Amino acid sequence: MFKMLNPRRFYHAVGKRKFLEFILLAIFILFFYGPLLNMLMLAFANEYSVPNVLPQEWGFEWWGYVFGQKSLVSSMVQSFVIAIITTIVSMIFCIPAAYSISRFKYRGRKIFMLSFLLTNAFPKLGIYTSIAVLFYKYGLMGTYPGVVIIHMINSMMFMVWLPASAFRSVHRQQEEAARDVGAGPVRTFFKVTMPMAMPGIAVATLYTFLGSMEEAQGTMLVGLGRIQTMPVAMYGIVLDSSAVQIGAVFALLLIIPSAVLIFLMRKYIGPEAIAGGFKMK
Amino acid sequence: MSDRKIKLQIKDMTKKYDNGDGVEHIDLDVYEGEIVTFLGPSGCGKSTILRTIGGFLDVTSGDITIDGQSIVALPPEKRPTAMVFQSYNLWPHMTIYENLAFGLKLRKIPKKTIDEDIKKMLALVSMSGCEKKYPGQLSGGQQQRIAIARSLLLKPSLLLLDEPFSALDAKIRQQMREELKKIQSDLGITVIFVTHDQEEAMALSHRIVVMNKGKFDQVGTPAEIYDNPATLHVASFIGEMNFIRGRGDTIAVRPEDITVMEGGGKGDMDAVVRTIMMLGHYVVLTVQHGDDVIKCFIDRELSDRLKDGDTVSLTIGKHSKFAASAS
Repeated sequence: MFKMLNPRRFYHAVGKRKFLEFILLAIFILFFYGPLLNMLMLAFANEYSVPNVLPQEWGFEWWGYVFGQKSLVSSMVQSFVIAIITTIVSMIFCIPAAYSISRFKYRGRKIFMLSFLLTNAFPKLGIYTSIAVLFYKYGLMGTYPGVVIIHMINSMMFMVWLPASAFRSVHRQQEEAARDVGAGPVRTFFKVTMPMAMPGIAVATLYTFLGSMEEAQGTMLVGLGRIQTMPVAMYGIVLDSSAVQIGAVFALLLIIPSAVLIFLMRKYIGPEAIAGGFKMK
Repeated sequence: MSDRKIKLQIKDMTKKYDNGDGVEHIDLDVYEGEIVTFLGPSGCGKSTILRTIGGFLDVTSGDITIDGQSIVALPPEKRPTAMVFQSYNLWPHMTIYENLAFGLKLRKIPKKTIDEDIKKMLALVSMSGCEKKYPGQLSGGQQQRIAIARSLLLKPSLLLLDEPFSALDAKIRQQMREELKKIQSDLGITVIFVTHDQEEAMALSHRIVVMNKGKFDQVGTPAEIYDNPATLHVASFIGEMNFIRGRGDTIAVRPEDITVMEGGGKGDMDAVVRTIMMLGHYVVLTVQHGDDVIKCFIDRELSDRLKDGDTVSLTIGKHSKFAASAS
């Protein structure tokens, strides 16, 4: 067994091309999973100092510390509440917009679509600071609506483009058939169009939710530190304390909702679903 | 015939699209229990008329009534019509049962009645036992059966069919045609059918409306339209037709109405044999007369005695005459 792991033996066994591919893959995996593994290790290290590879002492000490801090637990709740509100509000605004893009041919439709790209094209911090000027004027700084608006701006492109492409894939005759058997326009939308576009909408919702969960810059700036979501709290703790383990514990906590959601929606998430959203028609 | 009840009446109806296409001044009465087919090439406006009846297009002017009631102001869901589309009829996220029950539930029909109706209707379209399947698990022909069943379940005043069989292959199409005709005569329902397939129109309809460029060319029974085409377009669109240009007019004659005899000088005109094609129990002969190529059907016996380049004489039987300028 170990004899086969001799690099020379391995090289001649699989051929030059395969060997190089293997090396590349190994490097990639190291880069990709290395930090993740390191984080996983740190989260369960009671004591760790830098030159060592493995921690001196394993344990759940820092988990206890994190959950013991009242502000941290409340920041988690706050994160979830804001993410849920952001998702719902952006669904209310973006899904009708997506439907109009997919169904009605009006002047400036493409420009309207491209405009959602703009918020993602400029440096975020620039947008946030200019938004802050407006928010001061309207008293939105340090408020929940202000933070929700910031989160929505980030996810709008996904929330409009992906459902729009999903709506396009619903054939018009399928809507007409529903009207024909007696459903009004609203019922047709909720019973036929929307369920058929659900995969696209689900993926977009997922992005919005996860995007909101991890947003830190804008929340810090607009929330004025008054609104402490998980990522914001994490910034504070990582900067304050010398214990890297807290950051690791936090990162793991932040991964949980993403992992759960991605697992639940794994059927819908694929290169096609995402690529479909970026077609301009 | 005239004492029959009028089901659908289209009165001076005009529908113009923004680009100027559309149909103008359409008048038509459809009687109860009749199958009327709109037949014409694509873009002739036949689907436009059907969609205005179904409520998917607004009329520019004129009126449409069903049982004497004007329906032009009603949205599709309020009209007593049911439509079967060319494809994409069913909702893929619902089972066949849910597809069929959707309209019935909206009408607040008790569940027990819905179950019974669906069972009966599935038996009628020979699709019993597929309630739990999804549309994606059915073939194209089966999906169209379900679509027809869904429309019939709502007991519509008028059934509208927009080329429902054109996406199916030839064999299934023929079978569906027969079944539709049987269902129609069993239920006595009034049907408006749209197709570009003249064979389908001939086989199904009580009356055919032949359309061209947004206008009615001829309205009549299949036999009337076949035997006495009103215009050159109708003559060329329905069945096989020879056009023989004479002085000042064009004679339209069907291949089966030409009698062929060996040798010249015995009939109305002489012609030279071009091709002889065996098609089973009969033979298709094409002959050259001046600039025109004429197609005739002859029996096997005669075809054995003829070869390319022979002179034959043709006797023209039943035919129609059109002014020459029209060709």
